[in-house]
Amino acid sequence: MLFDKYTCGEHFDEMFEASGNCRSTYHHFKSNLNKTSLKKLHQLQHSTYKAQMSMGMTFNVYHDNKGIEKILPLDLFPRIIDHKEWSYIEEGLKQRIQALNLFIDDLYHDQKILKDEVIPEHIITSSTGFLKKCRGVNPPKGVWCHITGSDIVRDQDGTFYVLEDNLRCPSGVSYLLENREIIKQAFPKLFTGLGVRPVSDYPGRLLNMLQSMSAKENPTVVLLTPGIYNSAYFEHSYLAQQMGVELVTGQDLLVKDKQVFMQSTQGLLPVDVIYRRIDDTFLDPVAFNPESMLGVPGIFEAYQSGNVAIANAPGTGVADDKAVYAYVPRIIEYYLGEKARIDNVPTYLCSEKDDLQYVLDNIAELVVKETNAAGGYGMLIGPKSSKAQHDKFRGLIKKNPRNYIAQPTLSLSTVPTLTDNGVAPRHVDLRPYILYGNNIEVLPGALTRVALVEGSLVVNSSQGGGSKDTWVLFE
Amino acid sequence: MLSRVANSLFWLGRYMERAENYARFIDVNLNLSIDLPPDLKEQWDPLISATGDRELFVELFGEDFNRENSIYFLAFDQRNQNALISTIQNARENARIVRENIPRETWEVLNELHFYVARQHKRGIWKKEDIGSCFKEIKNQLQLLNGISAGTIPRTQGWFFTKMGQFLERADKTSRILDVKYHFLLPSIEDVGSPLDFLHWTALLKSVSGFNAYRRMFGKIDPSRIVQYLVLNRFFPRSIFFCLLEAERCLHEISQEPLGYSNPAEKVIGNLRADLEYADVNDLFKFGLHEYLDQLQIRMNEISKAIDDQYFKIQPNFSTEFQQQT
Repeated sequence: MLFDKYTCGEHFDEMFEASGNCRSTYHHFKSNLNKTSLKKLHQLQHSTYKAQMSMGMTFNVYHDNKGIEKILPLDLFPRIIDHKEWSYIEEGLKQRIQALNLFIDDLYHDQKILKDEVIPEHIITSSTGFLKKCRGVNPPKGVWCHITGSDIVRDQDGTFYVLEDNLRCPSGVSYLLENREIIKQAFPKLFTGLGVRPVSDYPGRLLNMLQSMSAKENPTVVLLTPGIYNSAYFEHSYLAQQMGVELVTGQDLLVKDKQVFMQSTQGLLPVDVIYRRIDDTFLDPVAFNPESMLGVPGIFEAYQSGNVAIANAPGTGVADDKAVYAYVPRIIEYYLGEKARIDNVPTYLCSEKDDLQYVLDNIAELVVKETNAAGGYGMLIGPKSSKAQHDKFRGLIKKNPRNYIAQPTLSLSTVPTLTDNGVAPRHVDLRPYILYGNNIEVLPGALTRVALVEGSLVVNSSQGGGSKDTWVLFE
Repeated sequence: MLSRVANSLFWLGRYMERAENYARFIDVNLNLSIDLPPDLKEQWDPLISATGDRELFVELFGEDFNRENSIYFLAFDQRNQNALISTIQNARENARIVRENIPRETWEVLNELHFYVARQHKRGIWKKEDIGSCFKEIKNQLQLLNGISAGTIPRTQGWFFTKMGQFLERADKTSRILDVKYHFLLPSIEDVGSPLDFLHWTALLKSVSGFNAYRRMFGKIDPSRIVQYLVLNRFFPRSIFFCLLEAERCLHEISQEPLGYSNPAEKVIGNLRADLEYADVNDLFKFGLHEYLDQLQIRMNEISKAIDDQYFKIQPNFSTEFQQQT
């Protein structure tokens, strides 16, 4: 039997209880798969790899012709979430996004939350994500964070925590959608009878949301990409194709009389909504980074004048700062008068004197992160690092405390994963996607990222991570 | 349609056609070498001369036009921007840029072809005996791509830009393969009309898959008829006239102006097409075949430039240089 030798150790395992009993969510899956041979599974795994390669589902796309194209390996075994657990996550995320949106809007208007001293002002003014130019801007319908991909993890006792709010240009949704297509081919029988909620309508919902940002009846939406050398280019072209909108680069767009146009074979065509996948400060070399070659001069002025809508709204990144993250439970209480439904991971701010001392003293037990980095870079996992690395980070933190936060090392939950030596537990996180248009919707599915290296807690694609299909079940 | 996208679709068509033609040329020259009398060496110099990259070859390899060097140069040498491997790379690059505009299957076949060529490169196939099958496979995959495209792509602007690129490229390549005959050396003047001469002409027809169709139409191998067939014939889909006619049609589909010309690109292509339409094969020989083909190539480059000016030029919104493909 396939799972006979599976042992999950001291971590929370999504499929098995500590006693070794299979959780009810996975019963159907287990009984269907138990008799499958490892050889057959390895064959399926190989076809999965080939399918991903020929689709060109690559990231870290070559920097020159000789560069390496990697795929985000897809593990065959899904992560399954039942209706009850999902409802909890869904409600928690809706609450969080609603509060964060109110927070961003407040920061760029009255700054009540700072006046009431719920958050120290210096945290905001020192955040690179806070754009002074956005003060007083009113994005359509007051929505700033249209698309969010939050990272959620599960601790040893099974509690969910939000680890990060990715409010800038969260990527990965295309992998989620393509993973589902591939896994459906690998296990067609499993889906019947289990009741897995479909995810394929995401591009349609995304388009509806983007169109809702314009007052026009049939607005023209475009997706703005940095270009084929960007690591998420596959996703950009995938989403543009699925939504049936033009995929544009900065050079395709032109601003005339505060109006954005794209340069077509029939001349200039007006653009109403831009789903941008480039960072705030690269959007417009006139308004922000003059070095930017990716953006469009004058686009920010067009946006300020209300002639074009941009998702996510410029300036949203301030709520994605890891120092601001520490205050999210307080932000939720402040704006909604409710307790956060999903907890934050306890966070030490190195900019605070007491926290700083604690971090320096206990660095060997903590995870240290840069407040403004992503992708698993600029990060130290205390228990897995050498003394020399600890010292190096102590130095870095002392030099620029505002730039660092620390959190206790969580033991992420595990899911059975196919390895060369049979089925074994591997650590995972969970990235659901949330759309905020006329209302807040959570896609019933998620990108489950998995650390394929035994014992590793780093799930980032750039560092040996893979992914799993995530099945959210009907009630 | 975005100008940048139209540009990439045009070049996607060109590069795919260029790759197919290179695969054809190499394949046919390999076959020709099998039929050569034992005292004659296979000739790669004429083929490389016809591609227009002879100078680069000499710079890299000297005057040694042996089989290994030549195949490596034409197919796998990334220093040669027209080598098969570079062309397929470029086609894929353009396809990646316009991925959302092309059917998924087209992208997948092209992507796999890219990996296939990379594998052959790694294997060092140009040093091996069974090299021929590699070029057949490449040709087959490219024809598969054409088939999938024809069966799935809507006949809107994007399709006509790709086809226009394809036909202009094909016209250029047919003119070049015909020019190979000019460069082929016969041992002496008495060999004109000899079995060797016959072999050359046959190989030439085969490289454009025109041998059988030609024979059904004209029967015997006759140089002036072959030239007429490959330059002026209105039915053969690889003749220069046919290709120009099709490319011109694409331009009019794009502008939606059926008659005359509505822009400089339509004017220059219409002029050249009309010249060929009223030309006689004897005019060609009187002018000198090699010179005539040379001039055709120059005029086709002018057409390409006019199309670029008309449809692909975008106003720089700031100081980015727009890189032109060749």
